[in-house]
Amino acid sequence: MEIKNAFAGTLESGDILIQIAPAEKAGLQIELDSTVAYQFGEQIKKVITETLTGLGINDASVKATDKGALDCTIRARVTAAAVRATGKDVWAD
Amino acid sequence: MNSIKDRAALISEAAARMGKETFKGTADKNTMARTELTQQGAKVTTLEDAIRKSGLQDGMTISFHHHFRGGDKVINMVVAKLAEMGFKNLHLASSSLIDVHEPLIEHIKAGVITKISTSGLRGNLAKEISHGLMDEPVIFRSHGGRGSAIANGDLKIDVAFLGASSADPMGNACGYSRSENAKSICGSLGYALPDAQYAKHVIILTDDLVAYPNTPFSISERNVESVVVVDSVGDSSKISSGASRDTKNPRDILLATQAAKVIINSGYFKEGFSIQTGSGGASLAAVKYIRQSMIDQGIKASFALGGITAHMVKMHEEGLIDRLIDVQSFDKVAAESLKSDPMHQEVSANEYASFDEPGSATHSLDIVILSALEVDVNFNVNVLVGSDGIIRGAIGGHPDTAGDSALSIIVCPLLRGRIPCVVDEVTTHITPGSSVDVVVTEYGIAVNPRRPEIKERLIAAGLNVVEINALKDRAKSIIGEAAPLPFGDKVVGIVMNRDGSVMDVIKNIVD
Repeated sequence: MEIKNAFAGTLESGDILIQIAPAEKAGLQIELDSTVAYQFGEQIKKVITETLTGLGINDASVKATDKGALDCTIRARVTAAAVRATGKDVWAD
Repeated sequence: MNSIKDRAALISEAAARMGKETFKGTADKNTMARTELTQQGAKVTTLEDAIRKSGLQDGMTISFHHHFRGGDKVINMVVAKLAEMGFKNLHLASSSLIDVHEPLIEHIKAGVITKISTSGLRGNLAKEISHGLMDEPVIFRSHGGRGSAIANGDLKIDVAFLGASSADPMGNACGYSRSENAKSICGSLGYALPDAQYAKHVIILTDDLVAYPNTPFSISERNVESVVVVDSVGDSSKISSGASRDTKNPRDILLATQAAKVIINSGYFKEGFSIQTGSGGASLAAVKYIRQSMIDQGIKASFALGGITAHMVKMHEEGLIDRLIDVQSFDKVAAESLKSDPMHQEVSANEYASFDEPGSATHSLDIVILSALEVDVNFNVNVLVGSDGIIRGAIGGHPDTAGDSALSIIVCPLLRGRIPCVVDEVTTHITPGSSVDVVVTEYGIAVNPRRPEIKERLIAAGLNVVEINALKDRAKSIIGEAAPLPFGDKVVGIVMNRDGSVMDVIKNIVD
């Protein structure tokens, strides 16, 4: 799937900023900067990975700047960024 | 005959018996006009000279107050001078330290400061110390605990460097100035008063040297050895920043209104009650919401304590609060009121909250509203170490007021971002659960099982009373399971209880 640069989210407390770019190498490269990295870093990466692969995106470079977002927020932001990056609207039908 | 000459032998005999000299006559009178003489002020000197005269040596203890909070300029200025003069191995004992004291990191690395005692740490200084910057653990005390420790000798201060908004050449000093050259104002100097009383040597730094006598004064000249004039001791506009801000956050306002309902229905809301609010948006705001009920029910408070705010001053001026007892002025309005209103009394940290002084004001306190970083299912409270294991707060008067008041109310959101505030066990034990009575969150109010009568009253008033475990479970269901924090094996902080015993230790965080 072709990927363009796209982002979704904000840097507000409780939110996460997801920036998606074309992959430099195969697979998902996730770079995470989180205020709750110690406690939830692995969980956040897992949710990002699951959400992207669920949308059929297996190769991308993702930069995530997290301000303590809940899993539901992370899924929503990743999905929105993926829609913008691929041009494929998952909510259309 | 009985002239002085005749009695000379008897005078000598009396002197010898008492081990005293006989009177040799006075020195010449100084006839200079006193307006000129006092302006010369034998105590007025430069910072460097004052430090030399103090006899400060490597390894000694220096102290400071933090009444200018985020606007403080004294600590960084003095420690930079001490570094320049080549001092090493000093113990810095401040009433607290905040973000603005970040330059201390370099002085710690250079060995100028090797030990710290404080109420709290914030910002990058706190972060570095949490990661193991210092070999010696930081000693944390509550404000009342610090007062006691200074009075009983647990914390011995060699040289106190105390910023004041006015001082006369003799050293009479205040947290405000009545002169037209006033540059700063911080109001109460409550946390500096134990230092002024007990330190071996006291240096006043002021940005407004006024004519003698600077009455009424907070710090008496008899406790002061030197007076140093500096450009600025602090930026008053930054006092009500950080922890003591006025909230516009809708969740804080919701919490404040809930806390007000708890107060009104607690059984302690009656004529002559007394109240204190801690720092933190919601607890500061709660007093705003009990105001209308005081007017409607014709109830007046005998005094408000603490951390005095503009809200408290307004209610005092409206006649709703009779007296204000002020160890720390939380904003400029409070500082101005302390200056102009004799019913607004400045008190020392000891008079405020000493555990071992039965007359200290906290012992006469009915209700205190406090914030928290974390509360656990046993009602223990942490206000010092973040849920990421990094120091990011201050003990303040939390355990003092919770312990001594008739009713302590903790106000905190259930979650801050993805961080739970109601947990199985607090990261660091600061205020013991035995002194915490009610926990107010936006998802319900939990009452300590030790206080069944309070629980009954709140339920009868129709408030949403829940079990503390239900709050903890609710938080966990929203955020998921957190991974354990990466603590190391080094102790970076020691928490003292207000009674002088060791309460807890803080371990380093390893990235």
